Amino acid sequence: MSLRDEQGDLRETLESIRIEALEAIQGAADSESLEEVRIRFLGRNGLLSRALSGLRDVPAEKRPQAGKKANQVKQTLETALERRVDELAALSKPAQTAGSDLTLPGRRQWRGGVHPVTLVIDEICEIFGELGFTRAAGPEVETDWHNFTALNIPLDHPAADMHDTFYLDDGLLLRTHTSPVQARVMMEHEPPVRILAPGMVFRRDPYDASHAPAFEQVEGLAVDEGIDFIEFRAAIDYFVHRFFGPSTRTRFRPSYFPFTEPSAEVDVSCIICEGSGCAACKRTGWIEIMGSGMVNPAVFEAVGYDSERYTGYAFGMGPARIAMLRYRIPDIRLLYEADVGLLEQFA
Amino acid sequence: MDISVNWLRALAPSIDGSADDLAAALSARAVPVDRTVPVGEELGDVVVARVVEVGKHPNADRLSLCRVDSGMGDLLDVVCGAPNVVENALYPFIPAGGTLPGGFKIERRKIRGHESNGMLCSEKELGLGRDTAGIMRLADDHEPGQALVAALGLPDARLEVDLTPNRIDLACHAGVARELAPGGVADVVLPPFGGPDWSPRWESGEESASAGGVRVTIEEGDRCFRYLAAIVRGVTVGPSPEWLQARLRAAGARPINNVVDSTNYVLLELNQPLHAFDLARLAGPEIRVRAARNEPHTTLDGAEHELGREVSVIADAERPVALAGVMGGADSEVSDGTTDLLIECAAFDPRHTRHTARATGLATDASYRFERGIDEAGMEGAIRRAVELIVATAGGSPDDVALRVGRTPPLPTRVSLRPSRVKAVLGLDLSGEQIAELLKPLGFGVSEGTASGDDGALDVTVPGWRTDVRAEVDLLEEVARRYGYESFPHEARSLRPSTVPDSPVWQRADRARRALTSLGALEARSSSFAPEGQTSGRPARLLKPLSEAESFLRTDLVPILLGRVEHNWSRGHRDVRLYEIGSVFQSSVGAGESTAGEDVSVIEDIRVAFGITGLRQPPHWSGAEYDLDDWDLKGWLEDLGSGLGLGEIAPGRPDADGDDLPFGFGRWLGEESFCILRNGRPVGVAGRVRDDAVDAPVWAAPVYAAEFRLEAVQLEDHRSYRDLPTFPAVTRDLALVLDRSVPATSVADAIRSAGPDTLESLAPFDVYEGDKVGAGQRSLAWRLVFRAPDRTLRDSEVEEGMGSITHNLEERFNARIRSS
Repeated sequence: MSLRDEQGDLRETLESIRIEALEAIQGAADSESLEEVRIRFLGRNGLLSRALSGLRDVPAEKRPQAGKKANQVKQTLETALERRVDELAALSKPAQTAGSDLTLPGRRQWRGGVHPVTLVIDEICEIFGELGFTRAAGPEVETDWHNFTALNIPLDHPAADMHDTFYLDDGLLLRTHTSPVQARVMMEHEPPVRILAPGMVFRRDPYDASHAPAFEQVEGLAVDEGIDFIEFRAAIDYFVHRFFGPSTRTRFRPSYFPFTEPSAEVDVSCIICEGSGCAACKRTGWIEIMGSGMVNPAVFEAVGYDSERYTGYAFGMGPARIAMLRYRIPDIRLLYEADVGLLEQFA
Repeated sequence: MDISVNWLRALAPSIDGSADDLAAALSARAVPVDRTVPVGEELGDVVVARVVEVGKHPNADRLSLCRVDSGMGDLLDVVCGAPNVVENALYPFIPAGGTLPGGFKIERRKIRGHESNGMLCSEKELGLGRDTAGIMRLADDHEPGQALVAALGLPDARLEVDLTPNRIDLACHAGVARELAPGGVADVVLPPFGGPDWSPRWESGEESASAGGVRVTIEEGDRCFRYLAAIVRGVTVGPSPEWLQARLRAAGARPINNVVDSTNYVLLELNQPLHAFDLARLAGPEIRVRAARNEPHTTLDGAEHELGREVSVIADAERPVALAGVMGGADSEVSDGTTDLLIECAAFDPRHTRHTARATGLATDASYRFERGIDEAGMEGAIRRAVELIVATAGGSPDDVALRVGRTPPLPTRVSLRPSRVKAVLGLDLSGEQIAELLKPLGFGVSEGTASGDDGALDVTVPGWRTDVRAEVDLLEEVARRYGYESFPHEARSLRPSTVPDSPVWQRADRARRALTSLGALEARSSSFAPEGQTSGRPARLLKPLSEAESFLRTDLVPILLGRVEHNWSRGHRDVRLYEIGSVFQSSVGAGESTAGEDVSVIEDIRVAFGITGLRQPPHWSGAEYDLDDWDLKGWLEDLGSGLGLGEIAPGRPDADGDDLPFGFGRWLGEESFCILRNGRPVGVAGRVRDDAVDAPVWAAPVYAAEFRLEAVQLEDHRSYRDLPTFPAVTRDLALVLDRSVPATSVADAIRSAGPDTLESLAPFDVYEGDKVGAGQRSLAWRLVFRAPDRTLRDSEVEEGMGSITHNLEERFNARIRSS
C-alpha cells in the first residue's frame, strides 16, 4: 500500500513540476530569466532531479514505469526550453547592432495611401456630414432624362452647350455632372434630404493642364421645409471655414445653372496669397470653388416634390481642382497618371 | 462679350467709376467679368500721319518705301512691311524716338539699306483691336500730326464679360448700361447720330407684304416670327467715320464699311441682329423666308454649303441669299459698288436657328442671339436706328414705307410675385414697395396685383429684352441679386437630419481603401476609357471619342492599372503597388436591367483592383531584399478576404460563362491564379501577371494583380469578443511525409477533423521537397497548438489527440510521421 502510495505521490509531483515548469518557461521574458528557470527545474539540484531521487524508494518492478514518466517530463521540459530559447532569440534578432551609429536610417514598411483627390472628397463629406449630410451614389452612365431633363435643362436648349457630352447611344450618355444623383435620391426619399454625391463626371474636353475628359465632382443637395438663401449661405460659409480655415472669406456672385435659381458662384479668398493677388487667383485675390443656388422649383416638380412646400439648395464642386490648389499641383494630368512619385507624397 | 466703357458712358452718362469698379459691380450683380483691358493707353507718342508716296523697296519684295507727312513739316522716309499701305491714306505713326505700348522703343535705323524714321502701326501693336492683318487705316477726317488719342476718342477700356446663357440681354451695351446705371433704364438714352430722323409708314401683312417694288413673304411662320425690311437708296459705301470704327474695335468687332458697320453697331448697342442686302442683287426683288430645298449656297465667308430642309434660308425669287439668323450670302453682300440696300430686321425661331447653325457648322453673333431669343417689341426701334446710322454715314435716302411681315409682337410677359415667397426662398422680409424699388430700374413694371388671390402679390410686367424671365422664381433671382448676395444677413439655422442613409457603396469603398492602404498600396485614379485592345466581353463604345485610345469604356480595371505600372516603370520606379476603386462597364445583351433600373443597354459595376510589383519591403542597409512573390499575393488576398469579408480564396480561375459582368482576365492572368468565391460564385480574380501581358524592362520584378467586386465587401460587423485564454497552451510539431499531390488544405482539414476540441490552431511551418523525402513526396511540418479554456491540459490528453490525428493522416493519405 505504502509503496503504491509512494509511486502515486511521485506521479503527482512530476505532473505538477511539468505544469509549473511549462508556465515558468513560457513566462520567461529574456534569456537570463530562462536560465534561472532551467536551473530551478532541470539543474543538477533542480526540482526534477530532487523528485527523481524519490525513485530509489520505488520498488524495482515499478521503477521502469515511473522512470519513463520522469523522462517524458524531462524531455517535454527540455523541448519547451529549447523552443523558448529560439523564440527569445527570434525576438531579439532584429536588434541588429549597428555599432553605436544610430544616425543610420531605420527599417520601414511600405506606406500605402489614398489619392489626394480622395483626401479632398473625404474631407468635404466629413464636414458636410457634421451638417447632417449623408453620401449617395448613382450610375456614371445616365439617361439624358436624369442628366438634363430632370434638371430643367431642355435637350434642345443652349444651356446643354455648357456640357459637351459623351454619348453612348440615343438617350444614353456619360453623366456630365453628379447632379442626376439629386433626381434619383429625391425620387426615392421624402424630405428632409441632405445628401452629397461624389463621383466621376465626363466632358468632351481633351487633356490639358487644367482639363481632363473624366474628373471628380461632389454634388450637394439639401431639401426641407423652411430652407432659405440665408441658410444656404450659412452652410457654405461653415464648409469654407472648416475646409480652408477660419480666416478664409467667401463671396457669392450671381451665376446661372438651369437647376438652381437664384444661382450663385462661390469664391473664396485665395488660399495661396490670402487675397493679395497671385498667379493662382489670376491676381484677383479670389478663387472660384463651387457653383450653387436654391433648387429650381422645376426640379422639384420633375421628381414629384411639392415645390410650394419644400425649398432647398444645391451645390457642386471639383475636388480635383481643389486638390490642385491645396497641394499646389500644377497640372491636372499629374492626378490621373498614377505615378508613385506623386502618390507617395500623400501616403 | 467685349463691352466698351466709353460706349456705356455715351449711353448712360450717369455711369461713374473706373473700369475695374464697373467690372466689380457687374460681377456682383449680374454676370462675371473675366478681365478689364485698357484700350489706348501709352499712346502719347502716336500721331496721325498721311502716306504721301509709296514706292518699292529696291532690296526687298515685301517692303515698301513710304514718304510720310506726320505734320512736322518735312516728309519722312519710312520703310513699311504691311501689304495694305496705300498713297494718300491716313495711318497711326510713331516717329523715331517714340515708344509703343508695352515700352518698345522705335529707333531710327536702316532696313535693308534704307533709312526708316519711324513706324506705321497696326491695331494690335497699338493695343486697340485684334486685327493683325495690316496697318490700321484711319478715316479721312483727320489732320496729319493730330494726336491719335484725341482722334480716336481714347483712352477707353474693354470689359470682357463672361455671359451666362440666361442673360442674353447683356450681350449689348444698352443692356449692360441698364444694369450699371444708378437710375437703371431711365438713365439710358440712345444718342442721336446727327442725320435726319426716319419714321416710316409700315406696310404690314401676316404672311406677305410689298412696297417700293419689293415683296417680303414668310413661307414658314414657325421658322420666322417677324420680318421687317427697310429700303435705303443711293448710299455710298466706304469706310466708316472714326468714332464708329473706334466703337466697333473697342467692342471686339472689325470695321468693314459704313453699311455693315452700322448694322453691327446696332447689334452691339441693342442686341438686334440686322443684315443689309444689296437690293440690286436680289432677284425679284423679293425676300422669301423658307426651308432650304437641298440647294447649294455660298456664305459671305466664302464657304460653300449644301442646304437640307432643316436649314432655314432667306431666298430671293430664285435662290437662297442668306442663312436665316446665321449669316448672309456672298452673292447679295454689300460691296463698294452697292447703291441700294434692303435692311433686314427679323425675329427667327430659336430652335430653327440652332438647327441651321448646326447643320452648316456656323456659330455667329447673330445665331448666338437668335438661339436665345430677341426682343420682338424692340425691332422697330432697332431698324429705325440702323437706317438713321446708315444715312448718317453712307448718305442715301430711305423709302418712307417699310415692310412688316409676321405676327404682332407678343404682349409683355406678366408674372405674379408674392412677397411671402421672397421670404420663404430668400429669407428676406421685404415689402411690396421695397421689392418694386429693386425691380423697376431694370425695366420691370410693378404694381400691386388685384387679379391674383394671394394677398399683396405683385403684378410684374417683364421688359421685352428679358427673355429669360418667365416665372416667379426668375423674379426671386432678380430680387436676390439686386438686393446683393453679399448684403444678406449672416444667421445660423437649425436643421433636421437627412432621411437618406449613407450609401453602402461609399461605405464599402471606404473599407476597401483602408484595407489596401494598410497593406502598403497607393490609390490610383486612372482613366475610365480604354482602347479596344484592353477591353473584354461587350465593351460600350463612345459615339464620338476623343481618340482611338479612349474610344471604349473600360470593362476591367487590371488592364488599366497594368498600363499605369508600365508608366511607372518608364519613370524608373521598380517598386509599384497601385490600387483603384472605380466603375467598369459592359453593354448588356438586349435591353437588360441596369443600375439605373431602366431599359438601357449599358451595365455598370464598381470594382476594386490592385497591381503590385517590386520589393516586399523598402530596401534597408541591414539585409537581404526580396521581391514580392506568389505568397505575398496570397497573403494580400487572405488579408483582404478576412478583413473585408470577401469570401474564400481558392486556387483556380473563375468560369466566365453566363456572367453579365465577366472579369476580363484572359489577357493577363498567368498559371498561378486564384478565384475569390462568395457562396460559390466568383466575385474576384487574382494571380501572377503573364510576362507577355506587360511591357516590362529587364530589371522589373514579377507583377501580381487582382480585381474584385466592390459589392463583395461586407459591411455587417460580425465580430464578438472571445474570452482571453487563462490557461497555458501546449504546442506540438508534426512532420509528415506524403504524396505531393495532396493539397495542404486537405491535410489541415484531416488534422482538424481528427483532432480534439482543444486543438486551438494549426499552421504549416515548413514545406520540403527533395532527396530526403523521395520523388513524388513532400514533407509538410505543422505546428499544432492545444489549449483548454478551463484547465491546464494534461500531457496525456494532448498525446491522445496527437495519436488520433496521426492515425487519421496515416489512414487517409498514407502519410509517414517523421519523428521530431
